[in-house]
Amino acid sequence: MSDLVDVQINGEWHQFPKGTRMIEACREVGAEVPNYCYHPKLTSPGNCRMCLVQMGMPPRPAPGAEPAQPDEDGHVPISWMPRPVIACANTVAPNMGIRTQGELTEKVREGVMELMLANHPLDCPICDQAGECHLQEYSVEHGKGEGRFREQKVKKPKNVDVGPRIRLDDERCIMCSRCIRFMDEVADDPVLGFTDRGSHTTLAVYPGRELDSNYSLNTADLCPVGALTSNDFRFQMRVWFMKETNTIDTNCGTGANITVYARQGEIFRIKPRQNNAVNSDWMPDSHRLSFHWINDEETRLTSALAKDENGNHQVVSNENAYAIAASKLSKFKGHEIAIIASARMTNEELFMVKRLAKHLKAKIVETVPRTGEADGYLISEDRNPNTLGVKTVLGLDEPGSQLESIKDDIKQGQIHALIALQEDLITDAGFTDDDLAGLDVLISSYPSANPTAERSDVVLPGGCWAEKSGTMLNIQGRLQRLNKVMDGPGTTEEPWEVVRNLQQALGGGNGIHSHMEIFKQLAEKVPAFSGVKFQDIGDLGIPLIETGETLPLLEREKERVAQGLIVG
Amino acid sequence: MSLEVPADLEKEIDERITHYPVSKRSAVLPVLHLLQHHFRYVNEEVIEWAAAKLELEPIKVLEVVSFYPGFRQEAPGKYHIRVCRTLSCAMAGSYELMESLCEKAGIDRSGVDHHNPIAVSADGTYSIEFAECLASCGTGPVCMVEDDFYESVDDVDALLAKYA
Amino acid sequence: MSAITYKAGKEPHPNERRIIFKNVDREGWDQSIETYEGEGGYDQLKRAVKMEQGDITNEVKSAGLRGRGGAGFPAGLKWSFLPPNNTKPVYLICNADESEPGTFKDRYIIHQDPHQLIEGMAIAAFAVGAKLAYIYIREEFPQGAEILEKAIAEAHDKGYLGKNILGTDFELEIYVHRGAGAYICGEETGLIESLEGKRPYPRIKPPYFPAAMGLYLCPTIVNNVETLCHVRHIMEMGGEEWSKIGTPNNTGTRILCVSGDVKKPGYFEVEVGKVTMGELINDMCGGLKDGRSLKAVIPGGSSAKVLRADEIFTVGKGDDTKEINIWDIPMDFDTLAACGSMAGSGGVIVIDDSRSISWVLNNINNFYAHESCGQCTPCREGSLWMKKITDRLVADKAAPSDIETLDAVARNIDGQTICAFGEASSWPTESFVEKFKDELIADTNPELENTPVNAEKELAAAGLL
Repeated sequence: MSDLVDVQINGEWHQFPKGTRMIEACREVGAEVPNYCYHPKLTSPGNCRMCLVQMGMPPRPAPGAEPAQPDEDGHVPISWMPRPVIACANTVAPNMGIRTQGELTEKVREGVMELMLANHPLDCPICDQAGECHLQEYSVEHGKGEGRFREQKVKKPKNVDVGPRIRLDDERCIMCSRCIRFMDEVADDPVLGFTDRGSHTTLAVYPGRELDSNYSLNTADLCPVGALTSNDFRFQMRVWFMKETNTIDTNCGTGANITVYARQGEIFRIKPRQNNAVNSDWMPDSHRLSFHWINDEETRLTSALAKDENGNHQVVSNENAYAIAASKLSKFKGHEIAIIASARMTNEELFMVKRLAKHLKAKIVETVPRTGEADGYLISEDRNPNTLGVKTVLGLDEPGSQLESIKDDIKQGQIHALIALQEDLITDAGFTDDDLAGLDVLISSYPSANPTAERSDVVLPGGCWAEKSGTMLNIQGRLQRLNKVMDGPGTTEEPWEVVRNLQQALGGGNGIHSHMEIFKQLAEKVPAFSGVKFQDIGDLGIPLIETGETLPLLEREKERVAQGLIVG
Repeated sequence: MSLEVPADLEKEIDERITHYPVSKRSAVLPVLHLLQHHFRYVNEEVIEWAAAKLELEPIKVLEVVSFYPGFRQEAPGKYHIRVCRTLSCAMAGSYELMESLCEKAGIDRSGVDHHNPIAVSADGTYSIEFAECLASCGTGPVCMVEDDFYESVDDVDALLAKYA
Repeated sequence: MSAITYKAGKEPHPNERRIIFKNVDREGWDQSIETYEGEGGYDQLKRAVKMEQGDITNEVKSAGLRGRGGAGFPAGLKWSFLPPNNTKPVYLICNADESEPGTFKDRYIIHQDPHQLIEGMAIAAFAVGAKLAYIYIREEFPQGAEILEKAIAEAHDKGYLGKNILGTDFELEIYVHRGAGAYICGEETGLIESLEGKRPYPRIKPPYFPAAMGLYLCPTIVNNVETLCHVRHIMEMGGEEWSKIGTPNNTGTRILCVSGDVKKPGYFEVEVGKVTMGELINDMCGGLKDGRSLKAVIPGGSSAKVLRADEIFTVGKGDDTKEINIWDIPMDFDTLAACGSMAGSGGVIVIDDSRSISWVLNNINNFYAHESCGQCTPCREGSLWMKKITDRLVADKAAPSDIETLDAVARNIDGQTICAFGEASSWPTESFVEKFKDELIADTNPELENTPVNAEKELAAAGLL
């Protein structure tokens, strides 16, 4: 272990790999160092000075003198430097001492905080960052508690529209440059910059230009204060009222790790959650903001529907809906039934679909492909979150390839009943009224009102991604957990429950009571999952299948790590 | 409206850029100097032209322009005067020189602040601003009119007469 | 060589030893390469290109040449920090951004003897293995930039620059790069950022020591104009011989620039440490103005800590310490450091008893507030804060406790910033408060204690802003 170095932090000796930044070493042993400008995924300018700590090294012997002798533990006494150093950019060295506490560090932090707040408007009561503001946090921990600044504060632009999704309050900006560095180094869209100089330094976009990158909202996450805020989220909800759920994004095959902030059945915002194997610390705006339909009470399906004799939808109980659906389906033989499921469904849901298909002896099980252009960052060409799950669990080699033959089979009177799960066939799968006209029975389940539901004999309300739990496989072959944020509206059930209940109504299958139970069966029956326990997956997922797929943004970050530019 | 840069100026700019074989971006100061010399100040059109020339986002040029007092973002007078404000010159009377120049040149500096450092005479002939140390502390007060340098300035009338 | 004569009224003082300034104000001297060559110009480059690179560095090391820009760091040592087995290009940059208030030496070298600098740079570039060099000259020297470009073209024509210099495979291009008015560009990593076309934000060190990761993240040597000129003379005299000039550890000559309240301000090239403050002010500058007495001296550019006229300084090392007064301070790096200040850039600003200390400090604080680049928190916020306090002080709007705050703000900057500007901007305040506290307090008004101030509004109303 020659690449480990001994470092003393607050009196205790530890070992770290050579090259570890002091701030990371301290964090690792629980000696958190406050900071604003430092971010492990960005270059370190060392500008905020909040991470100043006291550093010491073994004394350099005077010319001709013997070097100091190590003590019984093998450590040379540390000679402490009178001036603090930044912990963010300096790396550990053999026998280095670091003090994140003590007179010097505390005095320095107090001084930096006082200067940081000198020109800050102190408008916390009306600031959207309140509650998650590092200025507030560190003021409490390291501030003076009284202000000596008696001068007029520097005036700067407020409420600046810097882009379609971001608003800027320059008076709150502490010039940490995280946002600028993100746009320069990660998003490759260097539209942010500082103008003017000294105390008048101002964060700006060029007049007429916009911060409109599809990654712009990451700057609001990065902003340690209330300077950059999300137009979508600002003033919607105080952060301390919201419940956080760690889950994954389902807008594409990347499966960016996210945290969803919700309160009382309503989602207020989504933020990327760090996963260095998937999305680093980032996510695209388009994915982050795609949740609003979930909160839309007007369009959500909140109860089961069945058509009466006049062909009009009537609200029925879920129980009745399953019974009606089962009785309609039981009129047909398996080879007259097709199931169209979704690559938006979890592995567990897909497993239940497979089980249902087997029970029905359905002729065809298919899913609907969804593609778009890959953006060269985090958005993959595959806009379904679980295509690999479809391939692995349902065993479909080429998902979507049978959609045309399903249409043909309906036209030719070979298929009489169709079950559409989590897909709107008309909007998303290219089905027309004409294609569906030949069906005797159409049963569908979807989170919101849609043209396919309108035409369905029975509609079963199934929860969306935020209303269910399970696992998915991203394009890299990583098995990740989707966690339920909240219950669906009305009588909505999780899709795996919908499938289970339908099968039960059809007289097949015993009660399965949780998605974890399904996973257990999955692990027993699908070879790729063999030996995997649900609890092993954890918050960050595990690599399960080797696909060879990479994420361009991650590859570039790896390069920057290799060059020593960032910690990673 | 796009900026009309004369061919010979653009040629000179292109030549300057060759002084920075590693990175075109390095040429931002020389390119701006040449453009300011020709257009008298660096407005948005100039910034955008320079940005396009150097293949930079305009904000990266504005970052630089707005940092340096050597670049003027507003139109100066026909003759731009810079009076050294720093200690040795101030001790030698540079504030008095500024007052006297303003009086003789008909310049009202009451609107000057951090964001608007330059004051222009009513007739547009002269403009003036304080500059920090011009590095001739032994011969204060000193000033520059355009690129011409003047030491131990005492005869303001004679100075302005050269730039009538 | 005929005897050198100087223009009437510009003759060097007998205490001077002119090496760098030999040709400044010289009768019959001009900037042309022919004139320069006529006195052995470029002979040292001719010698250098036949030498081993390391031998030149060793000459500079044995000379004990300390950088003339402000920090006084040994130049030879700086060169030897270039990484061994380096495969990247090496760059040489001449720092001609002369901007420390009180300093005005480079102007005369560049305007009157540019080839001396070009030759020094060519030798240095050969020694460090640089093929591309830049002279970063401050924007306020437009004529200087033109003169240098002309000199470079002449040197090119004569084969001292370009490819196959003097028949060897040494090649070098020197380009003049004009700044745009920023004191921070005198800081070498700020200068490098500026040369890269970015805002001149100084870089953190470590890891960005220019010798290892400088311009375009390649090894880069940044030296001051005067330092590079000395390289040429060290080659001529030999490092050993050159090191006999001056005093031990403070070798060579250096140019002292005197401004402020003396009868004859000006520049003086003296052997380092061979002239005392008293000799400099009284003999060489004609003394203080009539009827005036000395109040203070800022000995090394405006960022150097002020020395009070009646201070007693303890200098020397070990058993060999003695107490001296301000007049007896030898003007060298080590003694001025021992006196609690620094030799800095050689700019000596003399302040007599007619001056208000509050006014002087406020002028300095205005400078640093204007020049703070704004990159790091303490200096960005603190330099303007200090200016605002002294703005009030000179406008009779300050309370006695403001002086304490002023000092506290300075101490919150000092030692906590990315670059030395933090010290540059805080040392004046720290030292003025320490040494002239009574006078500063005398300019305050106790009645203003605990009353809210709205400085800018009031000052603007009073026509003071």
